[in-house]
Amino acid sequence: MDLSFSAEYEELRREVQAFLAENWTAEDAAWEPAADERNALSGPIRTDPRATEFRRKAAERGYLYRHVPKRYGGGEQSPDPLAGTIIAEEFRRAKAPHEVIGQGPSMLVPTLIEHGTEEQKKKFIEGTILGSIKWCQGYSEPGSGSDLASLRTKGERDGDFWVINGQKIWTSDAQSADWMFCLVRTEPEAPKHDGISYILIDMKTPGLTVRPLRQMTGTADFNEVFLENVRVPYGNLVGDRGRGWIVSRSTLKHERALIGSASMSRRVFDGVAMLAQFTNVRGKPAIQDPVIRDRLVALEAKILAGEYHGYRQLTMSARGEEPGMAALVSKLYSTTLGYDVAKLAMDVMGDRGALAPGEPEAPGMGMLVSAYMWSLGVLIAGGTANIQRNIIAERGLGLPRDAAASAGKK
Amino acid sequence: MDFGLSQDQVLLKDTIRRFLDAECPTTRVRSVMEGPTGHDPALWQGLVGLGVTGLAVPAEHGGAGLGLLDLALAAEELGYAATPGPFLANAIAAIAIAEGGSDAQRARWLPRLADGSAIGTFALGEADGAWDPAAVQAQVKGGRLSGKKALVPDGSTADVLVVVARDEKGPGLFLAERAAAGVTTGDYTGVDMTRRLSHVAFENTPVEAMPGGLPTAGRARDAALVLLAADAYGGCRRMLDMTTTYSKQREQFGQMIGAFQAVKHQVANLACELEPSLSLWWYAAHAFDAIRDQSERHAALAKAHMTDVYDRFARDTTELHGGIGFTWEYDLQLWFRRAIYDRSAFGDAAYHRECAAKLAGW
Repeated sequence: MDLSFSAEYEELRREVQAFLAENWTAEDAAWEPAADERNALSGPIRTDPRATEFRRKAAERGYLYRHVPKRYGGGEQSPDPLAGTIIAEEFRRAKAPHEVIGQGPSMLVPTLIEHGTEEQKKKFIEGTILGSIKWCQGYSEPGSGSDLASLRTKGERDGDFWVINGQKIWTSDAQSADWMFCLVRTEPEAPKHDGISYILIDMKTPGLTVRPLRQMTGTADFNEVFLENVRVPYGNLVGDRGRGWIVSRSTLKHERALIGSASMSRRVFDGVAMLAQFTNVRGKPAIQDPVIRDRLVALEAKILAGEYHGYRQLTMSARGEEPGMAALVSKLYSTTLGYDVAKLAMDVMGDRGALAPGEPEAPGMGMLVSAYMWSLGVLIAGGTANIQRNIIAERGLGLPRDAAASAGKK
Repeated sequence: MDFGLSQDQVLLKDTIRRFLDAECPTTRVRSVMEGPTGHDPALWQGLVGLGVTGLAVPAEHGGAGLGLLDLALAAEELGYAATPGPFLANAIAAIAIAEGGSDAQRARWLPRLADGSAIGTFALGEADGAWDPAAVQAQVKGGRLSGKKALVPDGSTADVLVVVARDEKGPGLFLAERAAAGVTTGDYTGVDMTRRLSHVAFENTPVEAMPGGLPTAGRARDAALVLLAADAYGGCRRMLDMTTTYSKQREQFGQMIGAFQAVKHQVANLACELEPSLSLWWYAAHAFDAIRDQSERHAALAKAHMTDVYDRFARDTTELHGGIGFTWEYDLQLWFRRAIYDRSAFGDAAYHRECAAKLAGW
């Protein structure tokens, strides 16, 4: 075990600082996202030409997209959370653009690296990580939520094309996305898991329409996508025909890591800890309330455990060890924690917690109320908490598979 | 950057686990805990033979010269096996003497704590539930200690006691021998029968001051907290193993109970709590060895969190077993009781969370 910032890391920090001083000026940093560019899930992402040019350079230096090979525009470095932390700290300090986040870079790119053809990798990866190609995910359907493999959107081959008909739902960013990675039933006679293909669809294709879906949060961050005789080049298939379920597993794994990341809870937690020091309840700062103090520290222990658990998983991955249970619990752990932290935030705000996001009198413009509502959204997204529990019990602890679910699999 | 165990550490754990599998089945645990002292010299000699008692003792005094993380890995395995005896007591005393003893004190006691010819303990707590080393009342005047210590781990078994007490200069750390004049010890009837809790009274007992003083007392307390957290983790692992095994054997309504989603989800929640908690006490142990400025706070956080988790495991795994889990005969109760010990020892979870809040400047 070695977590020290050795001389080598201090050297890296100096290199990053020098790189930033040279490539990102105070003028570059003076940029504020417009209100409509703030996204409840992902935060502001700057993708103007200046930011793109900077990201390209930073990736060349190995500071960004460290998991993506150089030939596709990545940084190509071995996993090193300490190096990643140092780079993120220095980029934040300089207000320099960090990695573009979202489903394209975090889910599609790793999937293409694993399963894509050389042509697909060349065509999509660099644009995706630089933010010029935006993606949405076409998995869920109105009739296929937890039982995703029952999906019915149909793809039929017609010469050099797929003709696709069906409906997708819970498609975040579909209104702004350029492309959708989509699960389509192409082999209707095969058992349900074996009849699915993973296909990339240009959102501008005729026959494809997007309708916003408003959630309980009041905002519309998701969409429904309707596909009516949508014609897609046959070569947009990723992996083999009928193997889309396997291909999508690697994407889902990445999504769970994304949703499971402890950093979201850490951000909210730091906000709560700050708020508790400056918000009075019953005439004194909330932080002095013994109940609030106790809950705050109890949650901090869980957050630290989650962060160090991330270190452990990275170490396992660097050593080539099977992550096993360590990976299976990540999503359930961090989404449960996200709720605990957000609920504490509500209690620290006391009566002001009743004020909606955007209300000027709401603490932090209602960001914490928003986090509270979203903590429920992420608990469901990407495999509900109960689905996660099934996975932990069955794959992690070897308990028998659910009889009904196995029957469907044949 | 590496946040994982070394090959030597993995080997250490395996060696201890294999030894305890063979030498410390629950039948032996039960016979030792039902005996008068809760200490089995033959089992202890086995642990001495493996080097467990000397793990954190410096090499020049006959130990392995390893860190708290190595000792905590041993604590995890001992916790998994519900090993009876004074491991915790002896380990803290060895760390206190190694870090805060004079050369003569180190040379006299460390080789003996490592080779099993003496057993040590750490006497911190007093009657009013105070676990702050700076707040103790036991008094040293002219090299003689008077006062009472409460809930001392295995105080009746120990040959040497590292005692937190105050003299004219304030709170400090002192060495007392149990055989010295004016020492009386007795055991409470504790819930956990595998580790004894003792009351120790001193009356004009000759003691030696330890140069490490109050800072060493704090370090010894932090080491105890991390070892308790590791013990709790080991106990949780055992309870989870027993529960998954049982749920694959026990049949009700014509199927194994592990096939019921209610059971699966309750077990999955436990696994989800447990898995990341490992990294918290690993980090706390590593911080004790290598990141001193984070050590005190992480020890408090790890102890509070891990014993909360242990409490939940003790309840849920018993519930998942149904009636058999509630019997004396079934072994789950051994860990149920150890969970209660770990939770209260050296200050409860709420106390340590308050300490952590203060250390954060809150």
